[in-house]
Amino acid sequence: METRAFQKIYTKITQITKATCSLQATGVGNEELAMVHGRLAQVVKIAGDNVTLQIFSGTEGIPTNAEVVFFNKPPTIKVSDELAGRFFNAFGQPIDGGPEIEGEEREIGGPSVNPVRRKQPSELIATGIAGIDLNNTLVTGQKIPFFADPDQPFNQVMAMVALRAKADKIILGGMGLTNDDYLFYKNVFDNAGALDRIISFVNTTEDPPVERLLVPDMALTAAEYFAVDKKEKVLVLLTDMTLWADALSIVSNRMDQIPSKDSMPGSLYSDLAKLYEKAVQFPDGGSITIIAVTTLSGGDITHAIPDNTGYITEGQLFLRRDTEIGKVIVDPFRSLSRLKQLVIGKKTREDHPQVMNAAVRLYADAANARTKLENGFDLTDYDQRTLSFSKEYSEKILAIDVNIDTEQMLVTTWDLFATHFSEAEVGLKKELVDKYWPGKN
Amino acid sequence: MSTKSNLTVGKVTGIIANLVIVEVHNPVSQNEICYINHEGTDLMAEIIKVMGNKAYVQVFESTRGLKPGSVVEFRGHMLEATLGPGILSRNYDGLQHDLDVMEGVFLKRGNYTRALDHEKLWDFKPLAKAGDKVEAGDWLGEVQENSIPHKIMVPFVFGGNYTVKSVVKAGQHKIDDTIAILTDVKGQEVKVTMVQKWPVKKAIRAFREKPRPFKLLETGVRTIDTLNPIVEGGTGFIPGPFGSGKTVLQHAISKQAEADIVVVAACGERANEVVELFTEFPELEDPRTGRKLMERTIIIANTSNMPVAAREASVYTAMTLAEYYRAMGLKILLLADSTSRWAQALREMSNRMEELPGPDAFPMDLPAIISNFYSRAGFVYLNNGKSGSITFIGTVSPAGGNLKEPVTESTKKAARAFYALSQQRADSKRYPAIDPIDSYSKYLEYPELQEYLMKNIAEDWVENVMLLKNILIRGKEASEQINILGDDGVPLDYHLTYWKSEVLDSVILQQDAFDQIDANCPMERQKYMLYKVLEVYNAEFSFEGFEEVNPYFKRMINQLRQMNYLSFESDEFAQNEKEFHKIIKERRVA
Repeated sequence: METRAFQKIYTKITQITKATCSLQATGVGNEELAMVHGRLAQVVKIAGDNVTLQIFSGTEGIPTNAEVVFFNKPPTIKVSDELAGRFFNAFGQPIDGGPEIEGEEREIGGPSVNPVRRKQPSELIATGIAGIDLNNTLVTGQKIPFFADPDQPFNQVMAMVALRAKADKIILGGMGLTNDDYLFYKNVFDNAGALDRIISFVNTTEDPPVERLLVPDMALTAAEYFAVDKKEKVLVLLTDMTLWADALSIVSNRMDQIPSKDSMPGSLYSDLAKLYEKAVQFPDGGSITIIAVTTLSGGDITHAIPDNTGYITEGQLFLRRDTEIGKVIVDPFRSLSRLKQLVIGKKTREDHPQVMNAAVRLYADAANARTKLENGFDLTDYDQRTLSFSKEYSEKILAIDVNIDTEQMLVTTWDLFATHFSEAEVGLKKELVDKYWPGKN
Repeated sequence: MSTKSNLTVGKVTGIIANLVIVEVHNPVSQNEICYINHEGTDLMAEIIKVMGNKAYVQVFESTRGLKPGSVVEFRGHMLEATLGPGILSRNYDGLQHDLDVMEGVFLKRGNYTRALDHEKLWDFKPLAKAGDKVEAGDWLGEVQENSIPHKIMVPFVFGGNYTVKSVVKAGQHKIDDTIAILTDVKGQEVKVTMVQKWPVKKAIRAFREKPRPFKLLETGVRTIDTLNPIVEGGTGFIPGPFGSGKTVLQHAISKQAEADIVVVAACGERANEVVELFTEFPELEDPRTGRKLMERTIIIANTSNMPVAAREASVYTAMTLAEYYRAMGLKILLLADSTSRWAQALREMSNRMEELPGPDAFPMDLPAIISNFYSRAGFVYLNNGKSGSITFIGTVSPAGGNLKEPVTESTKKAARAFYALSQQRADSKRYPAIDPIDSYSKYLEYPELQEYLMKNIAEDWVENVMLLKNILIRGKEASEQINILGDDGVPLDYHLTYWKSEVLDSVILQQDAFDQIDANCPMERQKYMLYKVLEVYNAEFSFEGFEEVNPYFKRMINQLRQMNYLSFESDEFAQNEKEFHKIIKERRVA
């Protein structure tokens, strides 16, 4: 960012910590950007004339007589159609060798949508993955994370979902992405010929961690431009939100804030909500859908980051390796899409809700039978049948490499019911059984 | 109250997120409201601490761009709700600004809209007459608001006794018109309009007495009404980890409960959940009156992305509106989802003020704040002998699903009914996931309520409900034994005990909130199902071996569940009932 003429230059820094520095300055606004010794910084605290700045790339080597210039504005991004197909860093500067973006300059992290101006989400996002479409249907305007351990293939699944989702724009916010994963996304999108509808804001593991705090706001402000001004369907991918929250805790720690659970700042819930709540469906067709990744440590969802996330997002998706079939499945027990009720049985076939629940219930019975088996007990005939059902159900429905439409998923599930169970055991509404039970018509 | 000309003025000297430090040299009071002028926009704020000539204020807006030196005007009053006809059906933010009349897609800072329509004409009917002795909260007249007779009362801030000098005749009036003139004990005349203000953090006490609640409040949710009932004027809370169905349950209660008015405070929760209310309530009908649900509903929305400081205000605003309508002799149901977010807002502020933290960094006085708030609910007799009530049900979002955290523990001390949502039940899709064994309703022990239930439902009702609880506990024990010893390692009786409790669980506890018929189960029908379940429980069945037990009871459960989906006492229902009796006969020996 260039400096302008007649700007006041300060040269006396009074305090330096690992992430912040302070100086005497007047006429400075809260959250304003500044340049300290050639590094971008943001005002985080004002006490009289004493201004504290957070230096995004760290304070290593900053001298007490460093030049400090205030920009008189918060972080911004220039928005226009030129964004499409481009790659940027956390400050919105191009990293793909292309030219600077010309367009309207907008503050990032702007105000919230008035809730009465929202529309209830009602448009289904088809992914072809039954663990999602059948059991945890996604809807435009929804926000949902993958809760995954670092070794799980969440980036692959997310890229697959993004490409199949038929969005007008896909905006990738990469936080602490390894260079390999960054190149993976780039290649997948490129190979799919989708690069012209993708916009990426990337902070890799090579960049300073505090910088990544800006990434989601950059991505979401760009998303708001396309969803509000251009009335487009925008899908925002945020990976990895755990690393974003870690950066947040670094800053709050340096600011001497009292940490709450798991060393996270007490404001973690609000900070996460401000991002996730940017997901919205507008009445005129524009929408922002957010799919995020929150990596877990040893599958622990009671840690403050996944816990707060779960209270904000509209469900969560879990991946799990099913050892019976040797494939990754979308876990039907722990995964949940809260907005599925808005579309299943309405935008999909009428039997969808009941079939989905019955299958999961029987799958749960199989899990109980497996426990019995492990404890050395004899299995009843019913137990045996649930086991064979669950194996087929995993293979034909839950595995993430299955790519079929929802109607086909329902047909397959009815077939499995009829193969393994009696009508009473499945326990569905009679009118549905009469209509869909294989061999009844 | 001060007028515009002699306002106390200060200036901003420090900013840390939404905590702003203001230098002020004239008297100010704790919780006083002030406005910070930022480049022509007024940002509303509240004093939360005073140190020497520095007032610490929490700003109900983003403070981005705010500079030291900005002028602050103090208003001489605390945060107030505006009370008058026209509150029903509105969608407010946490500070009672009307969201519908705000311009633009995005919320603009300082865009403060008025709570009421000041131009609308109301048909006023006098209820008091010249010479009447009145005090705060007494009814002077009424207007028709939707289907509610909205009482125009002596303002709550009026202390002592007054005599009515005059009340205007029946006719059309705007809310700011003078509708009555009262004289106080010194003979001074005061004018009364249809609108009044009240500081939200203070309870409105314009009633004669607050007896123990004794009347059942039907919610249509079987596991609540039958097993752990809530009462008119009672307090309850629903803690549960995410995904256990807190919001679905609260929405079901808000749709079905037998209340005159429902106030929903969406406090720091998802915007799409509020949008669901905005979308559905104008369409759905109140099962009791046939009118649209929105007509009896007030929504206070401070969604999780709206300013944090207004989150605390939102629950108080909601409670004050509820108290206002209670004083009209109405039955109010107040729902807050979730009170944990409000506690977190308190924690954020306490942290910024560098107060010494209590458990989990929450402020030390959290339990006091919570219990004080819950105590504002209740059943009351008004000065004129009529009754009114506020039933309050809050949800709690315990961090990590752990019920030993400070908000849950503090709430447990304050609320009388406890509906614990269980992750395990939610995982096995047994909705609503209220744990029948951990949950309780203290009201069930109230002789007042027991008497009411025996009189209005059945002589043996309370006894039977206690029996249900026993069946569940025994079923759980049997299931644990079967899991430990194996199906063939336990006597056949264990299987029967377990499956009889499964019948109860499947048919009474579980309920499909998304099925048109099953979602709302009237008391009469709950009574019917309870006796069906007891019929199964009291029957003795004969089986050759445990293998026969499971399929038999599955069939029976299936049959009873089908009945839950059918219109009560329809032909099909009767048909299914016959089927059920056939199934019972197959195996019954006594």
